[in-house]
Amino acid sequence: MARLVVLGGGVSGHTAATFAAKWLGSAHEVVVVTPNSKWNWIPSNIWVGVGQMSKEDVTFDLAPVYAKAGIIYHQAKALGIHPEGNETSDKPYVVVESTIDGEDGKIENIEYDYLINATGPKLNFAATPGLGDANGLGEFTVSVCTADHAVHANEELEKTIVKMKNGERQKFLIGTGHGLCTCQGAAFEYIFNIEHELNKAGVRDMADIKWISNESFLGDFGVGGLHMKSMGFAVSSKIFAESLFTERNVDWIIGAHVNKVEKGKVHYELLSGEMGEEEFDFSMLIPPFAGVGLKAIAKDGTDITATLFAPNGFLKVDANYAAGAYENWKASDWPKTYQNPTYGNIFACGIAFAPPHPISKPMSSPNGTPINPTPPRTGMPSGIIGKAVAHSICDRITKGENAPLHEASMADMGAACVASAGKGLFDGTAAAMTIYPVVPDFDKYPGTGRDTDYTFGEIGLAGHWIKHILHHLFIWKAKLKFGWTLIPE
Amino acid sequence: MSKKVESNIKAYGNNFTTMTPGPLAIAMRTCKIWQLIRFVVINIKMIIVVNKSH
Ligand SMILES: Cc1cc2nc3c(=O)[nH]c(=O)nc-3n(C[C@H](O)[C@H](O)[C@H](O)COP(=O)(O)OP(=O)(O)OC[C@H]3O[C@@H](n4cnc5c(N)ncnc54)[C@H](O)[C@@H]3O)c2cc1C
Repeated sequence: MARLVVLGGGVSGHTAATFAAKWLGSAHEVVVVTPNSKWNWIPSNIWVGVGQMSKEDVTFDLAPVYAKAGIIYHQAKALGIHPEGNETSDKPYVVVESTIDGEDGKIENIEYDYLINATGPKLNFAATPGLGDANGLGEFTVSVCTADHAVHANEELEKTIVKMKNGERQKFLIGTGHGLCTCQGAAFEYIFNIEHELNKAGVRDMADIKWISNESFLGDFGVGGLHMKSMGFAVSSKIFAESLFTERNVDWIIGAHVNKVEKGKVHYELLSGEMGEEEFDFSMLIPPFAGVGLKAIAKDGTDITATLFAPNGFLKVDANYAAGAYENWKASDWPKTYQNPTYGNIFACGIAFAPPHPISKPMSSPNGTPINPTPPRTGMPSGIIGKAVAHSICDRITKGENAPLHEASMADMGAACVASAGKGLFDGTAAAMTIYPVVPDFDKYPGTGRDTDYTFGEIGLAGHWIKHILHHLFIWKAKLKFGWTLIPE
Repeated sequence: MSKKVESNIKAYGNNFTTMTPGPLAIAMRTCKIWQLIRFVVINIKMIIVVNKSH
C-alpha cells in the first residue's frame, strides 16, 4: 500500500487529493494536511467583501467531504519535509503541527511515498510596513484574500457608507500593496464591486475611487496584458481596462510600488523613480505572495531548504530557472510535470510551484526598485495542474515507478476567467475572458504571443450569470456531489 | 448617458486617450435578451478553451 500526502487543501490540493482518492480507491492511502477546517471558494470572497454573500455562502466543512472520499484528513499545517527520512529510517516524512482548537502545537510526523505541495501563498503583508498584521487584518487597510478578511472588509465598507450618507466625502484606494504583487484581478473585481454597491446605496457621488497597482499599463493583470478580437481588431486589454475605468469614473496610478502604509495614507515609488503619497479613507491592497516557508531537512539533519525551494519559498519543479533576461524567455521555460528535480516523489501544484520567471516584462525604477507583477496562477490552471499531478502519481503507484508523467504546462494551457464588476441578477456585470495560452508563446504566435481565436473578453450581465453559476458549480464539485468529476477544473 | 461617460474624461489626464462606450453599448450590457444570447455564445467559447486546456 502506497501513501500520497497532499499539503494544502485549497483549489489545487483539493482537486489533486479528491481525484487521487477516486483513482486509487481503498488499495492506497491519500492524506490531506491543511490548517483550516473549512474549504473556501476564494473568488467569491469579493462578494463577501461587499456584503453580498456571507462567510457561510463561500465555505463548507472539509471533514465530512474527506470522510466520504476516504481521504485521511489532518487539520494541521506542515512545517517541514524530510525527503530522505532521518537517521533511524529511510522513509521520507513531513512534520506537521495541529491547528485543532485545544490541540494547538501538537507535532506529528507523517510518512509518505509521494508528496504534493499545494500550500498556496503566504500572504506576505510584512513586506510593506503598515500593510497588515500577521492575520492580514491591518490597522490601516483591509484585505479580501480570506473569507474572514472579507467579512472585516465589508464591516469597514459599511462604516464609510454611513459616513457618506451623513455628508462626509470618502476616498477609496484599491489595488496592490507592493511592487511585486500578483492577483491584480481580485483587486480589479473589488474596486468595481465597491463602485457598484456605492451606486446602489445612493452615495456614489460622495466617493472618490482610485486604483493603484504595480502594472506598467492598466490591464496587464500579471500576464503582460492580452489582445482580444473585437469589432475586427485585435485590441489590447489596456484599451478595455482604461475604457471601463473611465466609464465608472475610477482614476488610476500604475507602475507603483507601495512602500509604506500609514493611517489614511500610502507612500509609493513609481517606475519613473518619482515618489508620491495618496490619501484614503478606505483601502484594500493585495499583499505580495511568497511560499509558506516550509523547511527541508536532509537525513543527517542539515538544512536543505535551498535545494528544494526557490528563494521566494516556492517549490522548485521542472522549470528552467536559468532563463535569464526577458529577451531569452521561452514558453518552454515553464514546467510541464511539476516534479521536483532533486526528489522525484515530490511534486507541487497551484501557487506553490516556483515559476521560472514573471510573465509580464520585468521593470524597475531608476532607483533599482523592481516594479512588475509576478505571475498569477489562477483557479483554472491551479485545478488542471493539481489533476495532472495526481494523475502522474496515481500512474506511478499503480503502473510502476517509470510510468510517464502527465503534462500541464501553462504555456500550452488556456484559462477562462470571469471578473465580477458588480453583483446583481439583472444589473450585475462581469468581464468574461479567455486567454490562450496563459503564458504567451511568441514563437508560435508572433506579436501578441497568444491565439486571438481563443483569447477574448467582453463585459456584461451574461458574465455575471456565468460567475454566479460557477460559484455554485465549483462548490458542488468541491463537495464531491453527484457528477462532480464531469465539472471541469 | 453617453455625455455622462464622456464627462468622466479629464483633458490630458490619464483617461484622455481611451475609448468610452455610448448609451447603446452600455444598455446592451444589461439588456436581458441580448445577454441571454451572449450567455450562450460566451459559454460555447469558454468550453472550447477549457477543452483545449485539458
Ligand atoms: C480575493 C481573490 C479572488 C480571486 N478570484 C479568482 C477568480 O475569480 N478566478 C480565478 O481563477 N482565480 C481567482 N483567484 C485566485 C485563486 O484563488 C487561486 O488561483 C487559487 O486559490 C490557487 O490555488 P492553490 O491551491 O494554489 O492555493 P489556495 O487555494 O490558497 O490553497 C492553499 C491551501 O494550503 C493551505 N496551507 C497554507 N499553509 C499550509 C501549510 N503550512 N501546510 C498545509 N497547508 C497549508 C491553505 O490553508 C490553503 O487551504 C482569486 C484569489 C483571491 C485572493
